[in-house]
Amino acid sequence: MAPALEDVFRSEWARVLAALVSFCGDVDLAEDAAGEAFAVAARRWPVDGPPEHPRAWLVTAGRRRALDRLRRDRVLADKLRRLDRLRPEEDVPVPGTDAAVPDERLELLFLCCHPALAPEAQVALTLRSLGGLETPEIARAFLTSEETMKRRLTRARTKIREAGIPFAVPDRPRLAGRLAPVLAVIYLVFNQGYGDGRVDMAAEAIRLGRVLADLLPEEPEVLALLALMLLHDSRRAARHLDGELVPLAEQDRRRWDPDALAEGRALLARAERAGGDGPYAIQAAVAARQTEDPVDWPAVVALYDRLLRLTRSPVVALNRAVAVAEVDGPARALRIVDDLEILGDYRYRHSTRAELLRRLRDTTAARAAYDRAIGLATTAAERRFLARRRAGLDPSE
Amino acid sequence: MRYALLINERPGSYDGLDAAERAGITEAYTALRQDPRVVDGARLGPAETATTVRWGHDELLITDGPFADTKEVFGGYYLVEAPDLDAALELAGRIPAVRLGGSVEIRPVAAP
Repeated sequence: MAPALEDVFRSEWARVLAALVSFCGDVDLAEDAAGEAFAVAARRWPVDGPPEHPRAWLVTAGRRRALDRLRRDRVLADKLRRLDRLRPEEDVPVPGTDAAVPDERLELLFLCCHPALAPEAQVALTLRSLGGLETPEIARAFLTSEETMKRRLTRARTKIREAGIPFAVPDRPRLAGRLAPVLAVIYLVFNQGYGDGRVDMAAEAIRLGRVLADLLPEEPEVLALLALMLLHDSRRAARHLDGELVPLAEQDRRRWDPDALAEGRALLARAERAGGDGPYAIQAAVAARQTEDPVDWPAVVALYDRLLRLTRSPVVALNRAVAVAEVDGPARALRIVDDLEILGDYRYRHSTRAELLRRLRDTTAARAAYDRAIGLATTAAERRFLARRRAGLDPSE
Repeated sequence: MRYALLINERPGSYDGLDAAERAGITEAYTALRQDPRVVDGARLGPAETATTVRWGHDELLITDGPFADTKEVFGGYYLVEAPDLDAALELAGRIPAVRLGGSVEIRPVAAP
C-alpha cells in the first residue's frame, strides 16, 4: 500500500491541487486543503482500502477541507468572496469519477509562471505546485535556507491572491508572449536537475514538458523544449563513469538511451514541421546533431549562428566557439573566446579556453586557464575532471 | 477587483511632438477614461506646482516641489474595475505614457 500511495501522490498532486485552486480561487488555501486531503488518504486508505477513484476522492476531500477552513476563517472567506469566486454556504460538488475531474494543470502552470511574479518565485511555485516538491527540497535545490524559501513562496501566494493573478490559460493573442516564462521555468528546472545530477528534478521537468506538449501539441517551441530535454537526458548514463564526468566526444554511445533519443528526434521533427525556428528548436537541433556519428560540425556552427542572431547571448557565442574549433581549428576558436570578456569569470569560459590552449600545445597558458577553471568549478566532479585534464598536459612543453 | 493604474511620466516626453501627435495622445487618454471599466481617474498638474508637507521635529514642514526627485514623475491615475490582473494589465498597456518612456504601476485597491 505505501508505495502505491506514494505513486498516487506523485501522479495526482498537481491535478488535485489545480482542481482545488479552480474551486476556491486561492493557491494558499488550495494547497493546505490538498495537503490535508493527502494526509487523510495516507491514514485511511491503508485501513479502508484505496477508493475506486482516488483523484475524485482527493478532490472531494480537499474541497470539504477548504470549505471547513473558510467557515472558520471569516476574514479569508470575505476576501475570496470579494473576488467573487466562492460561496462557502454552497454544498461541495462531488466528482463521481477520476475522469470527471477536469485537467487544469496548464492553468496552474500559467498561474505559477505569471510575469507579475519574480522569476525565482515562478520556479519555486512551479516546483511546489506542479512538481509536488516539499519546501525543504526546493530550498536545497536553490541553495537557500528553508526559511527564505518559505517566505518566498508565501509572498508569491499572497501576491497571487491580493493582485488577482488569474488562474487561466492566456487567450491566443497573448499566449505566445506568456509561453516564454513557462518554457524558461521548465528548462531551468531541467538544468537544475541535469547540471547537479538531481535526476528527480530533470525527470520532473520532462514530465512538465510532456504535460505542456499534451495540452499544446501544435506549439513548436513546446515540442522543441521537450525534444531538447529528452535529447540531453538520453545521454545521462554516459555522462558519468565511476562518478567522473565524461565529455561528449568520449562518451560510450552504447550507454545512451535509444528510446529517449528516438523520441527527442521525432519531437524535433514535429516541431520543425510546425514551423519551429525559435531558440528551443535550434538548441534541440544542436543536441540532435551532437548525437550523430560523425558530428556534422559545420551544420552545428550554422545552427549556433542562427541562435546567436536570435539571442545575442555571450554564452551561446561561447558554445559556438567550441563548434568553430572543430571546423576552423582551435586558434580561431580561442580568438572568439578571448574576445568574450563580457563573460568575465563565467567558469565554462575558462575551461573552454583551457581545452583550446591544450590543443594548441600552449602548456603554460593552458595550465593557468585550468587553474582558473578549477577555482571556479561548482561541483567536486567538475573539479576532478579539470584537474585530470590539467595533469594530462604535455610536461615537456 | 478594483485596481489603481498609477501613471508615471518621463519628464519632457512631449517635447518635440507636433500638435497632431499631442492631440492623438490626449484622445487616447480620453478614450480610456470613457471605457466602462474605468470608474475614475485624474490627470495631475505638473510636478513643478507640487508642494510637500511632512512632520519635522515638532512642526509641519512645508517644502516646494514633489516628495522625491525621480526619473519618472507621477502624473495621474485611473481607477478600474477588472476581473483580474490580466484585464487590468491590458488596460494599463494602452496608456500612452507607457510608449512615451514612462511606466504604469498597477496596484489592487485594498478592501474598505
